[in-house]
Amino acid sequence: MEKLLQVDDLRTWFRTSRGIVKAVDGVSFDVAPGKTRAIVGESGCGKSITALSILQLVPEPAGYIESGKIHFGGEDILERSWTDMRGLRGREIAMIFQEPMTSLNPTRTIGWQLSEAMTVHGKDAPVARTRALELLERVGLRDPNAALRQYPHELSGGMRQRVMIAIALANRPKLLIADEPTTALDVTVQAQIMSLIKELQDELGMAMLLITHDLGIVSEVAHDVSVMYAGQVVEAAPTRDLFHDPRHPYTQGLFASLPARNRRGQDLMTLDGIVPDAANWPTGCRFAERCVHKMDACSTAPQLRVSASGRQVRCHLPSALEVTK
Amino acid sequence: MNPNLLHQLYNLSPVALVGIAIFIFLRARQTPLWGEAFRRLARNPSARTAMAVIGIYATIGLADSVGWYDAATQERRTVIDAIFERKPERTYSAPLAEMTTGEAKPQKIREKHILGTDSIGADVFYRTLKGVRTAFQIGGMTVLIVTPLALLLGLTAGYYGKWRDDVITYIYTVLSSVPGILLQIAMVLVLGKGIIQICLALGITRWVGLCRMVRGETIKHREREYVRSAKALGVTDMVILVRHILPNLLPVVIISTTLGFSNLVLSEAILSYLGVGVPDNVGSWGNMIDAARDELARDPVIWWNLTAATGAITGLALSLNLFGDALRDAVDPRLRS
Repeated sequence: MEKLLQVDDLRTWFRTSRGIVKAVDGVSFDVAPGKTRAIVGESGCGKSITALSILQLVPEPAGYIESGKIHFGGEDILERSWTDMRGLRGREIAMIFQEPMTSLNPTRTIGWQLSEAMTVHGKDAPVARTRALELLERVGLRDPNAALRQYPHELSGGMRQRVMIAIALANRPKLLIADEPTTALDVTVQAQIMSLIKELQDELGMAMLLITHDLGIVSEVAHDVSVMYAGQVVEAAPTRDLFHDPRHPYTQGLFASLPARNRRGQDLMTLDGIVPDAANWPTGCRFAERCVHKMDACSTAPQLRVSASGRQVRCHLPSALEVTK
Repeated sequence: MNPNLLHQLYNLSPVALVGIAIFIFLRARQTPLWGEAFRRLARNPSARTAMAVIGIYATIGLADSVGWYDAATQERRTVIDAIFERKPERTYSAPLAEMTTGEAKPQKIREKHILGTDSIGADVFYRTLKGVRTAFQIGGMTVLIVTPLALLLGLTAGYYGKWRDDVITYIYTVLSSVPGILLQIAMVLVLGKGIIQICLALGITRWVGLCRMVRGETIKHREREYVRSAKALGVTDMVILVRHILPNLLPVVIISTTLGFSNLVLSEAILSYLGVGVPDNVGSWGNMIDAARDELARDPVIWWNLTAATGAITGLALSLNLFGDALRDAVDPRLRS
């Protein structure tokens, strides 16, 4: 099937006083039209920078895209200039950020910000105004008419995230990038927001790239998962397969550290050690120091291998690619 | 053109000023930030006092701007002239005194002078009142030069960074390494004496502080999430700067402009004291202080001249500072959140 978004061997680096920090170091994945790809990983593994790289919004001047290809709708969008990218941002590819508290401009009304999202891409102001009201209704704000004239500080976190969703969907994008959309919210609100996003995704038939560290959310909404560790994808598979049969020791560790019914009363597993320094990645396997299966081969860097069933794992273990069932 | 008509047209300027002020106030009150700031100000007694004092000064200044053409003297006479001008005496006289001071044979004086008269016998109270308008003109016009300049350069340097930042930072670092007062004196000597010349001289040397602050604030806001999400929506840099970042800087800019205003009033006095101030035919507290330089050494002491001028300056500068501080307190809670 034709992919909507295809990221190939993306490297996004940062110049710092400690040297070059390779935050994203050879990441590849794709997103099919209408489907959801989740990128999972712990803080600092490069998943947010991957998302920002797609829109070419990596924090300047330190950050830059060293190499790689990002194809969107068949076109290599890394070739686009900053000005050309603007036509894509918000219209074809929209993004929701983690912090609904600070992602809205505190000095402007909700209506103003929602309309702006549309007038930027050439919609007339009155049309934008009407559509803004529809959108607020659609995302479930209690009093959409009043909300148009309200300022961000007058809304709760959940309401603000609904507004952010409305803004992101204002131009009916083909791809939605959601960077930890529920991390800053209460648990009860998290579920509401996720189901709203999923509902709207089906309604608009758009694809989604979901950045998260919450495996619970992944199992509910994602079709495919890429697990990132230390700037690389260590494992990628359809969600079902990954949850039933994680292959990479890191992924296995992640699942083992979740509370589970069959391990009731036992202490939760933790992964010992810390993520290596991004300015100075180890030459071998980046997970080796924390891995329970560490062996001699781990001193050379493993490649992302593809099994016969289409699973991708970056590990030297023979069992990683075996068909177990 | 009929001189009378010209002077009538001239009277429109204070009317326009008051109109603009009211318009801005009403518009600002509708926004939650300023609406609440105004309510907090109204509850603060020292802010109320300061505003009342500034209001009195402003009324005097505006009354001194409303006038007509006087055929007899062929000069413009303002409302203040008509009410407060007194016939000149021969020389000094103490407040409310009946005889002149400092003459071998003291003379009987013709009118009561509540603040006495100066060396050429002019009424000190009247001269003090005439200084109000000049103070506001210099403060106001200089602010109109300083604020746009500082905003333009500060926003550009802070947002775009790189070479633009280098150039602008270089310019203001060089400028601030030369003592401002020397630059101001040099500029007035080149441009000549006059209110507009002084405003230019002050404006060109005084934008550095505000510019530095705007640059810093812009750098801070540039990294904020709301700017990033605006970028993710495809909003242009220009629109982000003017319609997203600028409104967030306004409270800080307005507060520092208010405090800067009082500083400018003081600067006028200092320049006039140094002899490079406003022309002699314009009322000026600085000129009064300059003239009063030797008077404290006389016997009996001539104190009223100096006291009136410094009192007027202190009153205005103090109220402006109090108001600026109160404004900061009224706006700050929202800035922090």
